[in-house]
Amino acid sequence: MAFATRGFSGHRRTPDDRLPPGQTLVQRWPVLSAGPTPQVDTDTWKFVIRDESGTDHHWNWEQLLALGVEDVTVDIHCVTHWSKLDMPWRGVRLDKLFANVETEFEYVMAHSYGGYTTNVPLEDLLDGKAWIAIEADGAPLDPEHGGPARLLVPHLYFWKSAKWIRGLTLMPSNDPGFWEQNGYHIHGDPWREERYW
Amino acid sequence: MRTRHRRPAWHVATVVETRPETPNSARLVLDVPTWPGNEAGTHVDVRLTAPDGYQTTRSYSVATSEPGKVVLGIDELPDGEVSPFLVREVRAGDTLEIRGPLGSYFVWRAGQSDRPVQLIAGGSGVVPLFAMAAAHAAASDPSQFRLLYSVRTPAHVYFRDELAALAGPSLAVDYIYTRQAPPGWAGMVGRLTKDSLASTTIAPHQRARIFVCGSTAFAETVVTWLLELGHSARDILTERFGGL
Repeated sequence: MAFATRGFSGHRRTPDDRLPPGQTLVQRWPVLSAGPTPQVDTDTWKFVIRDESGTDHHWNWEQLLALGVEDVTVDIHCVTHWSKLDMPWRGVRLDKLFANVETEFEYVMAHSYGGYTTNVPLEDLLDGKAWIAIEADGAPLDPEHGGPARLLVPHLYFWKSAKWIRGLTLMPSNDPGFWEQNGYHIHGDPWREERYW
Repeated sequence: MRTRHRRPAWHVATVVETRPETPNSARLVLDVPTWPGNEAGTHVDVRLTAPDGYQTTRSYSVATSEPGKVVLGIDELPDGEVSPFLVREVRAGDTLEIRGPLGSYFVWRAGQSDRPVQLIAGGSGVVPLFAMAAAHAAASDPSQFRLLYSVRTPAHVYFRDELAALAGPSLAVDYIYTRQAPPGWAGMVGRLTKDSLASTTIAPHQRARIFVCGSTAFAETVVTWLLELGHSARDILTERFGGL
């Protein structure tokens, strides 16, 4: 017999095939983070990609913007069951940052100001699938939402979109980051409900 | 790195008791025979299923940390899909599903450290912190515990009787009443300030481990002040509830 809770019918909204399983649509934008919100100034902001040779490729704020900021409208999905659809962002496509990075490694650890880390396969960051985002909803990113710059990887659960991003380190293996060491899925595809492991 | 733990499973939970916790919340006591127990401070996914198969899921902090039993404190959100149902409609004997335990970061473990622990709660954010205080007492853990609890009025205090029973040598409890204090209250009434935070929490030089749980605005404000008072960012863990 299928399980049901007595008396529950729920708020039926029009089924939306853009909502992954187990997700609920929200209009506002909740904040989730594990510790203090770092205060990062764009004057001192620096972004580094470290490849397997130990070479650092780095950008300051102006150099980042000079790569070309584009408008993107994406859906975001948080593992805590909320999704926001058609959210306008502005950011720099990661392909542009990786244009001169040669690597055999297939995995990346994202590092944030404040110490947060999250692991992402390189293929999930390239080919127009991820950005360094600097604006959302038409305004510069608030610190509590990861400003001045956060990773934006909208096709994965949103903990992969590391706030306060400061760098990416290429890795030969898919080592777990912060939440991945604390019970969350190594990959985090919302359409496959890769929430926990 | 901690070793990989058991993948959290879905469990059928039977409501054994439900009662008003505060004017806008309820306590749900769930009997979950298959529940493996949980660390103090973790949360669960609660899934409700309608007869036609429609499902919806929300996350809630757990107020307990023992096998076979899960206690939740559910704050009713206006226009919510799940919390009004859990607060108003659910009664003893009803069944629902929970998945967990979830999260192994915002947790307190007995014997892990002899450093003092400062808990700071805003409103219903006290739920996981209450679990830590209760686990600390149950384990007779010698570390010093202190709870600062910012709450609207005495009627809005979650786990009032349990907190009163826990308060003593192993747990100091300080209340900040933001709207109305109990009769005879000698302290101020009003929002937490940096000064009142400083005077009701463990001093920075004692290097307390600090757990903050509340709304985003509460957590942001408190953590900013903690850093300004001289606490280290490394010692501060936060849980912000966004609600749905």
